[in-house]
Amino acid sequence: MKSDTIAAIATGNSSAGISIIRISGDKAFPAIDRIYRHKNGRKKISNMKSHTIHYGFIVDGNEVIDEVMVTIMKAPSTYTREDVVEINCHGGIVVTRKILEAVLKQDIRLAEPGEFTKRAFLNGRIDLSQAEAVCDIINAKNEIALKNSLNQLRGREKTIIETIRKSILRDVAYIEAALDDPENFTLEGFADDLKSHLKLNCKAIDELIKSSKNGKLIKEGIKTVILGKPNAGKSSLLNILVKEDRAIVTDIAGTTRDTLEETIRLNDITLNIIDTAGIRNTDDVIEKIGVEKAIKLSQDADLILYVIDSSRALDENDDRILALIEDKNAILLLNKSDLRPVVTPNDIKDKSNHPIIITSFLDYRGVEELELLIKEKFFEGSLTIHEDIYITNDRHLEAFNNALNSLRMVEDSVNKQMPEDFYSIDLMAAYEELGKILGENLSEDLINMIFSEFCMGK
Amino acid sequence: MSYIYEDYDVVVIGAGHAGCEAALACARLSLNTIIFTVSMDSVALMPCNPNIGGTSKGHLVREIDALGGEMGKNIDKTYIQSRMLNLSKGPAVHSLRAQADKMDYSNSMRKVLENTPNLTLKQAEIIDILVEDGKVKGVKTYSGAIYPCKAVILCTGTYLNARCIYGDTVHETGPNGLQSALYLTESLKKLGIEMFRFKTGTPARIDKRTIDFTKMEEQKGDEKIVPFSFINRGEDIQKEQVSCWLTYTTPKTHEIVQENIHRSPLFSGDIKGTGARYCPSIEDKVVRFPDRDRHQVFIEPEGNYTNEMYISGLSSSLPEDVQVRMYRSVPGLEKAEIVRNAYAIEYDCINPAQLKPTLEIRNIEGFFSAGQFNGSSGYEEAAAQGLMAGINASMKLLGKEPVVLDRSEAYIGVLIDDLITKETMEPYRMMTSRAEYRLLLRQDNADLRLTKIGYQVGLIDKERYQAVVNKEETIRKEIKRLESTVIGAKSEVQELLKSLNSSPLTTASTLADLIRRPELNYEVLKTIDTQREDLPDDVIEQVNINIKYDGYIERQKRQVEQFRKQENKKIPENLDYDMIPSLRIEAKQKLNKFKPVSIGQASRISGVSPADISVLLVYLMQYNSKESSAIRKEYRNGI
Repeated sequence: MKSDTIAAIATGNSSAGISIIRISGDKAFPAIDRIYRHKNGRKKISNMKSHTIHYGFIVDGNEVIDEVMVTIMKAPSTYTREDVVEINCHGGIVVTRKILEAVLKQDIRLAEPGEFTKRAFLNGRIDLSQAEAVCDIINAKNEIALKNSLNQLRGREKTIIETIRKSILRDVAYIEAALDDPENFTLEGFADDLKSHLKLNCKAIDELIKSSKNGKLIKEGIKTVILGKPNAGKSSLLNILVKEDRAIVTDIAGTTRDTLEETIRLNDITLNIIDTAGIRNTDDVIEKIGVEKAIKLSQDADLILYVIDSSRALDENDDRILALIEDKNAILLLNKSDLRPVVTPNDIKDKSNHPIIITSFLDYRGVEELELLIKEKFFEGSLTIHEDIYITNDRHLEAFNNALNSLRMVEDSVNKQMPEDFYSIDLMAAYEELGKILGENLSEDLINMIFSEFCMGK
Repeated sequence: MSYIYEDYDVVVIGAGHAGCEAALACARLSLNTIIFTVSMDSVALMPCNPNIGGTSKGHLVREIDALGGEMGKNIDKTYIQSRMLNLSKGPAVHSLRAQADKMDYSNSMRKVLENTPNLTLKQAEIIDILVEDGKVKGVKTYSGAIYPCKAVILCTGTYLNARCIYGDTVHETGPNGLQSALYLTESLKKLGIEMFRFKTGTPARIDKRTIDFTKMEEQKGDEKIVPFSFINRGEDIQKEQVSCWLTYTTPKTHEIVQENIHRSPLFSGDIKGTGARYCPSIEDKVVRFPDRDRHQVFIEPEGNYTNEMYISGLSSSLPEDVQVRMYRSVPGLEKAEIVRNAYAIEYDCINPAQLKPTLEIRNIEGFFSAGQFNGSSGYEEAAAQGLMAGINASMKLLGKEPVVLDRSEAYIGVLIDDLITKETMEPYRMMTSRAEYRLLLRQDNADLRLTKIGYQVGLIDKERYQAVVNKEETIRKEIKRLESTVIGAKSEVQELLKSLNSSPLTTASTLADLIRRPELNYEVLKTIDTQREDLPDDVIEQVNINIKYDGYIERQKRQVEQFRKQENKKIPENLDYDMIPSLRIEAKQKLNKFKPVSIGQASRISGVSPADISVLLVYLMQYNSKESSAIRKEYRNGI
């Protein structure tokens, strides 16, 4: 039996340059045949000579997604020693992801972190002496993936997933309790309860899928978070960065309604700027929403712009935030330099190693310097997008879809009046899928739930 | 003083349910075997519940039978009531349970042991296991007799350092007041074996004449019984059955328990051992589920030889004076006379993480163990392990390949894999929810799953094996016929469907498709299936199940394929996980502790992540680099 075919975005999701989607496995050629169109019409790319590159288009149904260059490499002289196809497309994240989606529709699954390397190794492409390095790659990538998976979940989503899982597990535990101790627990009428739980859970997962799809649009670009106390000038900074000759690409209110995301382009760089919108004209981010919010936002951020009102003295909130962003990629803006400064760069240098720019958003002082610094950081490579976040999102979507399918199968079993012990199989499958998102494995959850919830045994 | 008594191939210690199966298996495979018991009157003793089987345990008994074990045959001879549980649910969870006449069960098993060639049954306490250079050399009795041997199978059940406790009364004995084994634990500890202390408990026995059955619900046996053993036919062992009775605890019962809970050794801390969550005492139930206003109490006869009745559901370690009041608060037991008190029992057992899948202790060659000593609970769990330990000790001495059943083959496989892989910190009870492939592991097809293995081992004779092969063929043919027989929408067909509340045919359909309808089955289609031959009931059952649930069964079979791939990736026995740099520390510790035999087993150890498994795979490739191309091929599949 052959291993399955995998695909992933092989390059970073930076908006500059090109992106590559790599496919490896037996189904790579049949898949590309179905979604690739040569400029002169239909031409089977899999019949071409190996290790050649071809100009054409990627289509999803009738929709042309992008013009691309496709490299085909036949086994065994490839990175993984399997058939490999690489699609070179224009760098945009939206386009790259659309192509990946089209690929994944062809009975191909998303690669696990480090999986191309693992296959390369297991298929003998990478020398055995490098086993340790390969292990490290797999381990490191998995750790990042797991961390991202959890970071990517908004608090509300996590709660919803946990609630669904608990509801599923409780139903399974009840069924199993009744199977193992039938004289004590009856399943009469249980199907009706289960049906109503299934309906609720399916609906909840459906909503997670929808919001996960929306999430994709919002998260384009370098995630830039503006932090600062009230009246420090964060809103002005946002306006300055967004305004003038720079085009606003999108303007989407975040689903949680308390953040506003603006996507701007700075030359070739896409910045996705997040401001605490709901707080702008109300109150203090620190006092009202609390440091929690700042922690959460800065954790996911690629870049933090911390705006300090230099006309007012620093307080313990500044200290906390400075400590919080110590290991992050951040730029400190000493704003309101048009007023008499109370805080000087020297005051801050003791507390932080981040670069400091003196700004005044009234007269645009320091804005050019800020833009130059961002560009510099980007091109020297110290500022990058968390590419894994996008893949994480795909993983979540995959898990949600699988879980939903499993629950639908349970509904089907109930409607077909199958005996109750059959329900457990697909209920547990859904439970496991959702657990993947949280990075939890199955272990003894079920047995523990049975015993903690139901008085079993004689 | 010690002296050499006599040489044996195999020494079995303990003649409970594990020991009996182990000894019989070895002797039947022509090995010179001796089995020791602390008392000749405790062979195959049932010190707790008077029944065999029940949910998932019934599966174990049928599997034992298909492999050539004795338990199924013995209960078929000695049952006094039989029921198939869960009949309203799917076939995978149907479970057979029989009430036993305890004395009859014990005597009947003893007779089998006494009349098996190559088998010696002897009363003596073993106090020492003799080991040289990591190999078992023999055992020593309390009286100093040394029995040199090539393999030992330890099945000491709940006897090691046993203490029976109720209230502040402590008896330093094994179950039923039998002598406990006081010296062996020390010998085992000296051998470097890690021990646990577990507890279990049993309810009081009450004189039947003092019970008012009119206040209880009667529970009769099935009219048509199903035997445990595949060699028996129901009609041949059908007999008049006795009843069990159902009553309930009252708020008064719970009050008595609550008021005296401080006098229970479970709560005062006198009992250190860990109990099974599946067998909670009434104290446990009342404390943990205070909202329940009543709990079930089953009154079950101990046998036809006695008036003693077993009070199932009311096990306890409360003091004697409290027990009397507690039992008498249950409707029907107001005037109950207690014959034997309820008690909790504490005993030493092994940490089963030290076992190989063959039930051989990892660091001592030829030293096997089975049963409650391995941290399980229940007669059936014990017997299943006893049989497998017996088979594997024999295979070893006969120079043959070990027999390890995996999780997709048998509940026995699930049982042993769980014991040696999961950190079971309580007595392990089999449950259907533990078997992930249970649609395939049904009690009705245990013969089809396992008779061939029993035959290869040498515990099943040619005739029985051939019968199973023929049965398989008959089933296959009949399914094929039903899948290809097309039925038109003739009037008699439509009428039959109508009479069975099934929607009429709009186009032609196969008989198999009709069987798949929830409201139909093989039997009811008889009149429209004109070519049908007369087939035995057990064949019909298989045909019906396999057609009706084929979608689910196919899915499980595909999962099993994936599972097997991981099981087939073997890990060298002496791999030192500290040598694998990229493994996380927790994973290293766990893997070093459990020493899994395959990638599949490794992945089931809690604390070992999928990423650790990937790392392990990569490392093993390097480890096996000499044969790299072949192994690569094997490992590549399915990754």
